[in-house]
Amino acid sequence: MKEYQNFTMNFGPQHPAAHGVLRLILQMEGEVIKNADPHIGLLHRATEKLAESKPYNQTIGYMDRLDYVSMMCNEHAYVLAIEKALEIDIPLRAKYIRVLFDEITRILNHLLWLGAHALDIGAMSVFLYAFREREDLMDCYEAVSGTRMHATYYRPGGVIRDLPSQMPKYEKSSLKDNNEIKNSNYNREGSLLDFIDSFIERFPECVDEYENLLTDNRIWKQRTVGIGVVEPDRAVELGFTGPMLRGSGVNWDLRKMNPYEVYDDLKFDIPIGTKGDCYDRYLVRIEEMRQSIKLIKQCVNWLRENSGPVMIDDAKYAPPDREKMKSEMESLIHHFKIFSEGYCIPKSEVYASVEAPKGEFGVFLISDGANKPYRLKIRAPGFPHLASLNEMSKGHMLSDVVAIIGTQDIVFGEIDR
Amino acid sequence: MQTLHSLYNILVDIILIVIPLFLIVAYVTYSERKIIGFMQARLGPSRVGPYGLLQPIADVIKLLSKEIIIPSGANKNIFITAPIIMLVPSLLVWSVIPLSETFVLANINAGILFILAFTSLSVYGVILAGWSSNSKYAFLGSMRSAAQIIAYEIAMGFALVGVLMAAGSLNLQEIILSQSGGFFHWYWLPLFPLFIIYFIAGVAETNRAPFDVSEGESELVAGFHVEYSGITFALFFLAEYMNLILISILASIMFFGGWLSPFQGTWLEIFFDWVPGFIWLSLKTLIFIFIFLWLRATLPRYRYDQIMRLGWKVFLPITLIWIFFEGIMIYYNIEPWFSYVK
Repeated sequence: MKEYQNFTMNFGPQHPAAHGVLRLILQMEGEVIKNADPHIGLLHRATEKLAESKPYNQTIGYMDRLDYVSMMCNEHAYVLAIEKALEIDIPLRAKYIRVLFDEITRILNHLLWLGAHALDIGAMSVFLYAFREREDLMDCYEAVSGTRMHATYYRPGGVIRDLPSQMPKYEKSSLKDNNEIKNSNYNREGSLLDFIDSFIERFPECVDEYENLLTDNRIWKQRTVGIGVVEPDRAVELGFTGPMLRGSGVNWDLRKMNPYEVYDDLKFDIPIGTKGDCYDRYLVRIEEMRQSIKLIKQCVNWLRENSGPVMIDDAKYAPPDREKMKSEMESLIHHFKIFSEGYCIPKSEVYASVEAPKGEFGVFLISDGANKPYRLKIRAPGFPHLASLNEMSKGHMLSDVVAIIGTQDIVFGEIDR
Repeated sequence: MQTLHSLYNILVDIILIVIPLFLIVAYVTYSERKIIGFMQARLGPSRVGPYGLLQPIADVIKLLSKEIIIPSGANKNIFITAPIIMLVPSLLVWSVIPLSETFVLANINAGILFILAFTSLSVYGVILAGWSSNSKYAFLGSMRSAAQIIAYEIAMGFALVGVLMAAGSLNLQEIILSQSGGFFHWYWLPLFPLFIIYFIAGVAETNRAPFDVSEGESELVAGFHVEYSGITFALFFLAEYMNLILISILASIMFFGGWLSPFQGTWLEIFFDWVPGFIWLSLKTLIFIFIFLWLRATLPRYRYDQIMRLGWKVFLPITLIWIFFEGIMIYYNIEPWFSYVK
């Protein structure tokens, strides 16, 4: 008798659907997956180890580069951990700004997820539509921090500067004439808040547009309904968080369960799925975008009416005013201390987590009293999700693996760290 | 002398067909990128020449000058032959396509049969390409593609059987002539389900979205031609686009009256009398090509088993039922099906 072997296929790390550098070893029987073995580590940058050799504030920038599609949420967990260890409270306005940008980040992330997921399943256009809207949100990032992605905007004690009163505008160039410039600048005449306002006004229609292309599309449903089903109990056991968990029908969201910043003052709903398949997770994320709009609206309204400091008034953590630094000895010293030595955290162990767009993003910090962490452990939501890939894709076909990778919303920056 | 003269005529005809065909293929790729670009809120090619019009030329130069890489484990002879096997049938088929009232290279009586025979040959190119590449992606792609082409060839063939029953001929010119009498006399109306199935099967047959599982980018990277580069890849590319145009032109010949004017039998007829038949045929074909591109920009991709289910369990029964129904109608001379039979 001849022995038949399974077909082994090396999927990635250079593969259009590998979402970065995922490498899968697939054991297949024809097109059916018998075993899927994800290999990680190709994007390992030793973030946790690097953090041990730097003053606390210098690690914030590394946090952006973990999950590089939900930048500010990563920063948020890190600064929350530091604030918890230092036992400091930040000004209310800073809390609202953080919530505002957390939700902007959520939309940023979900738009990329939606585009990539749809592209994986073959619907090309959604990807480009999603990027069209991402552009505006990137501009919000740029307006507050100066960079489009790696913002380093949250700092222990608040945020580094207040929202700008003016949006940067496009300027005339050889490619764009006056008329085009005028069109591009139509919503940039006022402040950042006006810009965000105009965005949340048009964004729900954009979500309708994506839904129009996908939600009731027969092919989309055939490709996602019943694919990668995870039972609620099993989802909890596997350590799922975020939309992956909620898609399975578990009502768990850190913004409600363990409210940080001002989430308990804001009104929003948590969408949960029923069947726990790719389609439910798709619907959950789409609804989350709509809920984020609601949250952003509340934050914008609050921020318009209330002004105040955005950084705590403590020279140990907050860099001094630029002008004072040039004229006062004390401020100069503080400035020098913050940007060279930083500050020390008393001996402590803290864990702080936020509801990042992908799930619970946590930072566990052990301080031995120095100006750098003794140990920093990052809990990336994508890691347990990827670990379940084998279980989710077993018995499905090759095309479904692609759909499952898409629905897990994997980003290798945070998994490999 | 006589044979030499007719040989010369045939050669001129061949050049008249092939050269414009290659140009059309080049600009179908350009318009594809441009049209899908606009559908996706971007510009498409816009840098090479005015409005990017020279982009296809630049692409051709690039593909010609690239190295042909033959993978170390590949069977060299088959690897080189496969794209040729792919291209030749899709070129040959054009010899029987009537482009106007008078212009057809070979007006043979078994036109439909000839087309079906040669389009189904292209599956060998796919299988050989995937097999000889010695790559698992290419292998999976060619297996999928072979199964898909065979499944949809049958549905497509049955859809065309409906046409030849109605026309009572296998000759393409006669099929067109039997549709004369204006827009509502064309076969799309009495054979509507067959027309829909023919077109969808055509999309599947050419491996275009949403049926592009054989080269499904997100799964198999490029499917059966993943190992090909340079001009060998260009041949696959050329064959794919020629098949796309072929399916479109066949759809207009079989179901939309070919080179017939759509205004026949109406008061508008005399105003459009000067328009040559070739223009009508081109217009109809362009509409179908546009639908091809439109589908690609809109729809997600089917899964392999779903395609097979659709082909065998939905399309095949529908065509069979409709052919049976049509046969009864023709047998009992019932309008409108009967009126087309001479």
